[in-house]
Amino acid sequence: MTSARRIVSDLRLFGRGYLRNVAGLFFGLIFPVILILIFGAIFSSGFSGSITLYVQNQDTRDIFHVTTGFLGNLTGTGTVNLVMVSPSENFSQYLSAHSASDGLIIPSDFSANYTAGKPVSLPLYGNPSQSSSQIVSGTVSGVINGFNLGYFHGTPIIGIAPTTSNSQVTKYIDFLVPGLVGFSILVSPMFSLVSISSEYKRIKLFKQLSLTPLTKIEWLASKVLFYILLSAASFLLMVAVGVFVFNANIVFSLWLIPFLVLGPMFFASLGMLVGTVSKSTETASVVGNIITFPMMFLSGTFFPITLMPMYLRYLAHVLPLFYIIDGLNGVMIYSNYAQAAIDLVVVAVITIIAFVAAARLFKWRED
Amino acid sequence: MIPVEISSVKKSYGDIKAVDGVSFSVNEGEVFALLGPNGAGKTTLIEIMEGLRKRDDGTVKVLGLDPWNNGYMLHRRIGVIPQDFTFFDKANPREAVKYYADLFGVSVDPDSILKEVVLDDSVSVLFENLSGGQKQKLGLALSLVNSAELLFLDEPTTGLDPNARRAIWDVVRGLRSKGKTVILTTHYLDEAEQLSDRVAIMDHGHIVAMGTPEDIIETHGSGERLEIHGTEELAAYLRENTKLNVEYSGKGLIDIAIVQKRDALVALTAIEESGLEWHDLHTRRDSLDDVFVKLVSGRIDEKGEIRVENAGNDSRDQRRR
Repeated sequence: MTSARRIVSDLRLFGRGYLRNVAGLFFGLIFPVILILIFGAIFSSGFSGSITLYVQNQDTRDIFHVTTGFLGNLTGTGTVNLVMVSPSENFSQYLSAHSASDGLIIPSDFSANYTAGKPVSLPLYGNPSQSSSQIVSGTVSGVINGFNLGYFHGTPIIGIAPTTSNSQVTKYIDFLVPGLVGFSILVSPMFSLVSISSEYKRIKLFKQLSLTPLTKIEWLASKVLFYILLSAASFLLMVAVGVFVFNANIVFSLWLIPFLVLGPMFFASLGMLVGTVSKSTETASVVGNIITFPMMFLSGTFFPITLMPMYLRYLAHVLPLFYIIDGLNGVMIYSNYAQAAIDLVVVAVITIIAFVAAARLFKWRED
Repeated sequence: MIPVEISSVKKSYGDIKAVDGVSFSVNEGEVFALLGPNGAGKTTLIEIMEGLRKRDDGTVKVLGLDPWNNGYMLHRRIGVIPQDFTFFDKANPREAVKYYADLFGVSVDPDSILKEVVLDDSVSVLFENLSGGQKQKLGLALSLVNSAELLFLDEPTTGLDPNARRAIWDVVRGLRSKGKTVILTTHYLDEAEQLSDRVAIMDHGHIVAMGTPEDIIETHGSGERLEIHGTEELAAYLRENTKLNVEYSGKGLIDIAIVQKRDALVALTAIEESGLEWHDLHTRRDSLDDVFVKLVSGRIDEKGEIRVENAGNDSRDQRRR
């Protein structure tokens, strides 16, 4: 008979040991927060801020302040951040020297031609394969159109009525929080169980425990419980940092609970499975890494899988962590519960399989 | 009830017969020692009795139960120190005892159990920081938690300093005085002699001798011996001129078996007749050490530990680990 008292007792001993282990504590709680702080800091500014556009203004006459007005309108879009380059520089050399791809030249006859109604072209430098260049091109065209209309005192016929969609504006940090929650759900239980299950086997600690009334299911259940609690703590920490430091938009819902329970349960069972079938601690660690590393990066942890090439996207769909992160994204970012429900079914099925397999293959004693 | 009864037990690892047809029973309140060199099969046998290993053949009844099939019931009633006892690095002895008490569903005072094994000075030291002797004492403390009627101690003092060994011996003596049955394995002869009521000497998976230490010396010893310091020439003279069993050690020591009382007189007369130099004459009886060396293909080192230099044994030992 499985006994709650024994599970709690084992949980208490294991948990206390975990808290006394600085390395475990670091990787379980501190490391994911550090990742959020680093990636959040790097990408939050880059993604939500404006694109740098180098401008060389050769039009020194600036008749009727046309050039000043033009550049003011560009800045006014909020999309680009203008960096002025001295007219004496060789512009294309300057761009490559600054590893920049986006640049605009205002020719010396710009204001003169505009006021005279003569056509004038603005050389726009850009890299067509980069999304930033496309944005710059769109922005510059928009300002030019405005000026063209303005010349004839026309008014626009077609306008845009800005409307915010249901899914809101997704910032990188909104995406990063669920990704790193998934990351910590994977890393802590997986690495820990791979290591302790192979190590306890090596030092014959399992054999010793088999001489007590503790059953292997109780032992495994206590580890699963521990990592559920740890993941919950780590989730709260990461969400707090995401919301309070980076102002992330996160939807809280009861739908999060099954993912936060099944995720650690799945990876604890998988780690147990790897540790228990491996002949040595070294093999266990190698097999554990082979399974863990692709999942760490290809499941949508640090960037959306839609940014990956097609064959990697297919690969992502066989990685269990993908379904956890996809589900968390569905709940926390998009409120897309239909998608989350599908992910949840997948996660539940693989969790049951992994737990049962781990419990069956894991042996207290040898023949 | 007889606590332990085993009959014709066999266990092989591949081609190696670790236990090859062993039978014995252990009586209630008895301290029974399995003595043998490394690789003799002691741990395999004790693990079969504990229900940690499956036997290939034979019958085993421990407290009336089949250890392999009824291990879960048996384990509540036995106390065990496995060989190379270990515990969670980040737990201290008090927590360890509390943990075992919770697992067994018994209520004990951790401090009093730790005092019993003389570990009361280190109740809050993490396991990873305990000395080898302290770790072993904790193992002993944990085997006491469930007040078992039968205890298995697998090499409880291996690698410990003399003080730690004696502390553990005291606990074992205490168990015996409480009427507990104890089965211990050891490769220290003095430990077997000091602690046990009966000894079974194991070698190559067989029991080669069993009984009280005195019984074993009586049965397998060569009785009284006469030792004289003299030359090899004298030894040769005695062999030629008497029917005595004479051995020469190579270090100037001549060893003569005294089967009947008059053998001593025959020997002395012949020595006198030889006219050769001799000195330091005395008699001695075989000790358990002598019998052991005779029975087991090994020798005893200066620490009283049995060393066997035999490839077959080594590979068996590794296989078991």
